[in-house]
Amino acid sequence: MNTTTQDSVKPKTASFAQASSEIVATNISKSYGAGPFAKQVVDNCSFTIESNKLTVMIGPSGCGKSTLIQLIAGFESPDSGTITMNGNPITGPGKDRLVLFQESALFPWMTTYDNIMYGPRARGEDNAESVELAEFLLAKVGLEAFRDKYPQQLSGGMQRRAELARAMINKPEVMILDEPFRGLDNMSKELMWEYYAALYEEDKNTNFFVTTDIDEAIFLADRLLIMTNLPTNCRSVIEIDIPRPRRIDDIGNNARANDIKKEVMTLLHEEAMKSFSGGSKAAADFLDAYSKRAG
Amino acid sequence: MSVSNFSDKLFSKAAMRGIFAIVVFVLIWEVGARSEQWFGYRFPFIGLVPPPTDVFVSWGGLIADPSYWQSWYMSFLRVFGGFAAAMVIGIPMGLLMAVNKASYGIIFPSFEVLRPIPPLAWVPASIIFWPTQELSIAFVTFLGAFYTIVINVLGGAKSINKQFLQAAQSMGASQWDIFRRIVLPATLPSIVVGSAVGMGITWEVVVAAEMISGGGSSGGGAGGGLGFFIWSSYVGGSYEQIIVGMISIGIAGYISSELLRQLGGLLTPWLKTR
Repeated sequence: MNTTTQDSVKPKTASFAQASSEIVATNISKSYGAGPFAKQVVDNCSFTIESNKLTVMIGPSGCGKSTLIQLIAGFESPDSGTITMNGNPITGPGKDRLVLFQESALFPWMTTYDNIMYGPRARGEDNAESVELAEFLLAKVGLEAFRDKYPQQLSGGMQRRAELARAMINKPEVMILDEPFRGLDNMSKELMWEYYAALYEEDKNTNFFVTTDIDEAIFLADRLLIMTNLPTNCRSVIEIDIPRPRRIDDIGNNARANDIKKEVMTLLHEEAMKSFSGGSKAAADFLDAYSKRAG
Repeated sequence: MSVSNFSDKLFSKAAMRGIFAIVVFVLIWEVGARSEQWFGYRFPFIGLVPPPTDVFVSWGGLIADPSYWQSWYMSFLRVFGGFAAAMVIGIPMGLLMAVNKASYGIIFPSFEVLRPIPPLAWVPASIIFWPTQELSIAFVTFLGAFYTIVINVLGGAKSINKQFLQAAQSMGASQWDIFRRIVLPATLPSIVVGSAVGMGITWEVVVAAEMISGGGSSGGGAGGGLGFFIWSSYVGGSYEQIIVGMISIGIAGYISSELLRQLGGLLTPWLKTR
């Protein structure tokens, strides 16, 4: 994999910049199951995905972030509260809000090229313009040599780039990414961070990125939403004012980044402890004693 | 496949091992079958089986006999007829139950009650309610493959990764497009597996059905299929021919499975890349 050369290989330009678009969630709640088995996953949660910014949502694992994505994407609807996009309520899935799922959702029976062309073909837009765009994106994600390969023949990082291309060809107004780089090895992960950050910096479209990884969150985010443990809601918002373009090498020595990291870790640690103790008195006492000793 | 490629395959280690195993097997069989003649002591079990040399001599005589090939033809016809019907009815039925809750509710309970009934238990009933012997054998053969195909298709279509459907949906795909380009290819591997298993059961069933029903419409003669061929050899006391019939079925089943594997491989090229 070679992400640094991608920038120099540009056969022609295509613009993916979209008009401003903002998603606002107001007092949303969601629970699953019924009666005594009901489980409240989202509780009176409000947040804004601001236009033309990269909003990262971070929270302890299993805190209901994926549920929020299901709601924003429109695959499910909240029990109460509203989610609007540019003022209009979200009623179902649509190509204006595309999701990159946790595990690769590339169709295994289609080649890279066919995967990228899926959206246009599904909408009956299998025309010269789409083909041109597909070619452009293949080059942009550096997969021209792998156009006729099936997803399983690609490495984890290539799969993620193919999936980015498959989403981008539909020119979504908002891109939603659900822990997209989980499971990649550290090296590919950092390459993907830089690659994805560069993609974002090019067009500055509205992006919503969910993760459990603090380094990833701080490196990528314009705004960071910190979520509570289950049932989830937004605990605090941090504006990450580290200048762009960002590079992995710079961020390690950046004092501001380190301050933010400490702040985020303190907040997340509290939430993770709640999650760990799960209401058990013994576990809570243990964690209390442990944090006093450590602190 | 080029010639050198083919000869590479023929003389590969795996092929050599297979050939070696068959040769050893036939040798042990020959020695065992001739034990009384050669050592004056009859080995248990195997001492009663006709020796392979006699079987091959008998086979050699049959190769020129059109009625032997007629048996092959009849069994193949029944197997592929029943199997094709099972695919044509079973695949849409499995898919329908997977994508439509109402159909599932209506069909599945009856299906699950009928499924445990062994196809061979249907032989007497089907002889009664089908107008010809031929149709009753074909029906029983059909049942052999049908249940397996439906269950596999249903299971395969139901276990599709939800994210594939959501991804397609959010890119603006219609229900029909999702069915055609997501559900169908995602289910293909299960269809292939279900068909391969179903094909095996079909051969088991057709042979037994031929034995029980006396070889179908052309019954009585040697044109009644390989199952009837074995049965009439048994009745006629030709033990060598029983073995010929058994080996013939083994070869016929192998050819059918191999055809299916090749076809399945062509239909699911992405699985080869694993």
